[in-house]
Amino acid sequence: MLSISDLMVEVGGKPILKGINLNIAAGEVHAIMGPNGSGKSTLANVLAGREGYDVMRGSVTYGDHDLLALTPEERAREGLFLAFQYPVEIPGVTNVYLIKEAVNAQRKHRGESELDAIDFLKLVRQKLQLVEMKEEFLHRPVNHGFSGGEKKRNEIFQMAMIEPRLAILDETDSGLDIDALKVVASGVNAMRQGDRSILLVTHYQRLLDYIEPDHVHVLADGRFVKSGDKHLARELEEHGYGWLEEQADSGAGQSAA
Amino acid sequence: MSSATAEISALVDREYKEGFVTDIESDTLPPGLDEQVVRAISAKKNDPPFMLEWRLEAFRRWQAMVEPSWAHVDYPPIDFQAISYYSAPRSPEDAPKSLDEVDPKLLETYEKLGIPLQEQKALAGVAVDAVFDSVSVATTFKANLAEVGVIFCPFSEAVRDHPDLVKKYLGAVVPQGDNYYAALNSAVFSDGSFVYVPKGVRCPMELSTYFRINAMNTGQFERTLIVADEGSYVSYLEGCTAPMRDENQLHAAVVELVAMEGAQIKYSTVQNWYPGDAEGRGGIYNFVTKRGACRGKRAKISWTQVETGSAITWKYPSVLLEGDESIGEFYSVALTNNRQQADTGTKMVHIGSNTSSTIISKGISAGRGQNTYRGLVKIIKGAEGARNYSQCDSLLMGDQCGAHTYPYLEVKNPTAIVEHEATTTKIGEDQLFYCRQRGLSEEDAISMIVNGFCKEVFRELPMEFAVEAQKLLGISLEGAVG
Ligand SMILES: Nc1ncnc2c1ncn2[C@@H]1O[C@H](COP(=O)(O)OP(=O)(O)O)[C@@H](O)[C@H]1O
Ligand SMILES: [Mg+2]
Repeated sequence: MLSISDLMVEVGGKPILKGINLNIAAGEVHAIMGPNGSGKSTLANVLAGREGYDVMRGSVTYGDHDLLALTPEERAREGLFLAFQYPVEIPGVTNVYLIKEAVNAQRKHRGESELDAIDFLKLVRQKLQLVEMKEEFLHRPVNHGFSGGEKKRNEIFQMAMIEPRLAILDETDSGLDIDALKVVASGVNAMRQGDRSILLVTHYQRLLDYIEPDHVHVLADGRFVKSGDKHLARELEEHGYGWLEEQADSGAGQSAA
Repeated sequence: MSSATAEISALVDREYKEGFVTDIESDTLPPGLDEQVVRAISAKKNDPPFMLEWRLEAFRRWQAMVEPSWAHVDYPPIDFQAISYYSAPRSPEDAPKSLDEVDPKLLETYEKLGIPLQEQKALAGVAVDAVFDSVSVATTFKANLAEVGVIFCPFSEAVRDHPDLVKKYLGAVVPQGDNYYAALNSAVFSDGSFVYVPKGVRCPMELSTYFRINAMNTGQFERTLIVADEGSYVSYLEGCTAPMRDENQLHAAVVELVAMEGAQIKYSTVQNWYPGDAEGRGGIYNFVTKRGACRGKRAKISWTQVETGSAITWKYPSVLLEGDESIGEFYSVALTNNRQQADTGTKMVHIGSNTSSTIISKGISAGRGQNTYRGLVKIIKGAEGARNYSQCDSLLMGDQCGAHTYPYLEVKNPTAIVEHEATTTKIGEDQLFYCRQRGLSEEDAISMIVNGFCKEVFRELPMEFAVEAQKLLGISLEGAVG
């Protein structure tokens, strides 16, 4: 589904990602953990096509597409979804309007007709329940005046509406209290089905108590320094990131050249 | 400038879609303005003596006035002697009675603008009084209107056929010496529309006029007068587009509205004059005086405007709330892109008791556009129980444009309740990326955000105009992505 090979990315001339290799098969859930500033969001943003990142080397294949050659909207329409670390406020545009446009953009891309109002509303109600959001959220401007937790839930709600093939969740857990975390996690778990792949980006291990990944990768200073199964997350929690960063320094040559 | 900013400005940059010139021979006066020119215009219009006197009086006042300089706009001095003050399509004597008689070239022009008259007429029974250059060339649905006693005709015709009404109301709201441009207009106005709705009549259709500038270096001086007698209702639509030009063109219109007791006038404008090229060369200078007077109890006047064109816009549709319980409304969207400058807003003058006014202003700035809201809410001493609500929102696209808000408030009566809210929003790369990540194209994202920002104003527009306004913003943004 997604194959990242030797990806090197700079921002404003500064190397941030220094040779990333990652393969995600259909239906798998991968978690990327790492300290602040290690490059997690950079990776998520590059995959989604955000501007301002210079890909110096490497390639990304998504399905049978050269992902980096697609515009952000083409990637989205091909089923790549990013739940933002910092969801953006859009005053004047209601949540429901954006979601309708989004859902219809995807459907149009797949050659399907637009959802009619009744089917759309049915779907909306069903998905709102998933993240325990009230219907009034639909009619508020996108993320405008939402609390941190509401913004994160809104991301998961949008994901549930769009039903992506690959969902990238960038620190969707941070800033959530434990109840909200559970809601978000159950929302994600409900989405975990069939061929859908999920890439969880997180700073803390605790999200992984609720969403069990198939694979865990630890990112430090722009490199994966360790990969393993779900147990790696616990190990990391015990030893702290410092332990791995030392490994990163000593093993600088290990990434594919 | 970041690449995102560059892209946003690329999006809002567009070639002016209405930039073409129709080849109709014009009957144009040589440039310059003196008493002889005023007399010549008056003669060309077949003015009765009272009209000539009125023009000459305005001209004398104008000569003693100086151009205002307080607006937040910047342009080289206008040489008023380099402008020609009259231009008419050929053979105005035999103005057409129906579309069949209209110059096919002109109809073609409307087609290009996407305003096929035939369709317009069929659509929702809109009567169209098309002002082409300075002479009205098509008037439709007159018969239907005449049945209920509504007069809707070119101004010059009203001067001849309804001189008493014209004498009574012309200058009643905007006197000849009101301001520099109004005085100029009063001296040289060429044509425009006249509407009279008799007592108790609800005008059975939206009235609409399309203006168009089409002769090089010719100022366009429209004069519109709408009188709604007691208990009547009328909705008037004004829209305009202009062909691409190299030299700045002066447009100084005057619109006067009079609403008697219980009458209601809804005046809607979509303004799309040529804004100039990316450097601001060749755009229209639009200095407009629009004012309405609520003369009687419970009279109501609503101004709704969507301003996307012109190099310079100087325009403050206002309402004098004279009658008790009268209502004034101003809903505005003003978009400035590239080098466009707009200084626009409203004046609400509360005079009667228990009067109320609402001001909703949406300014959109892109490129290096400068957008100024300038509004005055004035509540005189005797105006008991006045209320005003003002909301001024600015939307900035990119980081080279500007938004300025000057809400002036003069409250002389302690019973007044006045509220003011203002917001500034920036559309940046973040918002666009967020929308694109959800599958929207950049164009659709901008258009969604802009339409969302403007919706409180758009919903005040008559249905077909709302569609047109959205389309206009769409056209403004279209094709800019490679
Ligand atoms: N737009 C940017 N300009 C400059 N530096 C950036 C930019 N985005 C990220 N960085 C830098 O790249 C590094 C990785 O950032 P980020 O990917 O946000 O890390 P994480 O999400 O793991 O906390 C940090 O050192 C950050 O300062
Ligand atoms: Mg991050």
